[in-house]
Amino acid sequence: MTAAPEQIDVLDAAREQVLERGVGLDEQQVLQVLELPDERIADLLALAHEVRERWCGPEVEVEGIVSLKTGGCPEDCHFCSQSGQFPSPVRSAWLDIPGLVRAARQTRDTGATEFCIVAAVRGPDKRLLSQVRDGIKAIRADGNDIQIACSLGMLTQEQVDELVEMGCHRYNHNLETARSHFPSVVTTHSWEERWDTLRMVREAGMEVCCGGIIGMGETLAQRAEFAVQLASLQPDEVPLNFLIPNPGTPYENYPVVEGPDALRAVGAFRLALPRTILRFAGGRELTFGDLGAKQGMLGGINAIIVGNYLTNLGRPAQQDLDMLTDLNMPIKALSQTL
Amino acid sequence: MSVVSAKFCQFCGKSSDEGDHAACQRRLSMIDPPRYCAECARRMVVQVTPGGWTARCSRHGEITSAR
Ligand code: SF4
Repeated sequence: MTAAPEQIDVLDAAREQVLERGVGLDEQQVLQVLELPDERIADLLALAHEVRERWCGPEVEVEGIVSLKTGGCPEDCHFCSQSGQFPSPVRSAWLDIPGLVRAARQTRDTGATEFCIVAAVRGPDKRLLSQVRDGIKAIRADGNDIQIACSLGMLTQEQVDELVEMGCHRYNHNLETARSHFPSVVTTHSWEERWDTLRMVREAGMEVCCGGIIGMGETLAQRAEFAVQLASLQPDEVPLNFLIPNPGTPYENYPVVEGPDALRAVGAFRLALPRTILRFAGGRELTFGDLGAKQGMLGGINAIIVGNYLTNLGRPAQQDLDMLTDLNMPIKALSQTL
Repeated sequence: MSVVSAKFCQFCGKSSDEGDHAACQRRLSMIDPPRYCAECARRMVVQVTPGGWTARCSRHGEITSAR
């Protein structure tokens, strides 16, 4: 009888592989991290924080986002209160240019370096792109040099080129969840269609921002699958959201992700993506409350969205900025990003 | 924000006098702007921005997060 091979502790392996060599964990390893018992969470977060400091540095990237076109989307993403296919209370709205300029100014005044313009659409039409173009011009005319990102759904090559020419430096398009889980979350378009947009964005020279939502009924194995699929995309940024069960959506009765599970996800995604900007995005308020947000910032996160989200509210920006001061974490300056 | 003497819950749009709205209040105090008019329960057109929100009822006008 031969003895079973000794199992190497995944955090010990990660210390050598991720911290020392900068090589992200593979799918099996990520799954092991997601399965760690509660008493190992503190060790996981401490390691993820070391990895983030080693490969990304101490700065935190601060971003604000705004919804240019809210609601009435023809797609059926089951988590989304802006889909026109579900009886959600969210009604359609367009933000006018002065409102967009004010939102960009509010964002810049927090010290943020990123401002993301978002629209609830399958992909942009001429009217939306022209609104974005006018909006970017007006933001610049206001003396605001914040970096502008966009999130306007799936793009054609022509639209990708147009956004580059407008000065959009980063494009957000989330894969949302593991490829194997996507068909149960969205039926009106495919994971591959989203991937195609991301590929075009990357090839055109824009930064790629691509993340997703934890807590949409995926298994831990699918959570691990998603982390390594994102890693294979090599995105510049990964926004990590936690499901907000919004009324009227098919997921309205899904449970909020438990704090310990969310912290395991934060640590695991950092260990899969050592060099990526890992951003705390929507849902952290419900999932973590105030205490957990700090734990996440000390567990591999190096970017936050401050202020409100698209249809949900966040903590007041000042509260997050104070938290960063308390944690002694410098905010990335615009000069560092140019 | 919520209207204390509201006839209707601004989160779920149902009568404030019927049922338990503790969970609705929790959402409104944490992460949701009002979605239904407190006077008539119409769905409002809501615009969220980084620093606030406005919510407009076609009958009862606009309310905002600004104090
Ligand atoms: S495409 Fe975007 S806005 Fe439309 S339903 Fe899906 S997540 Fe919501």
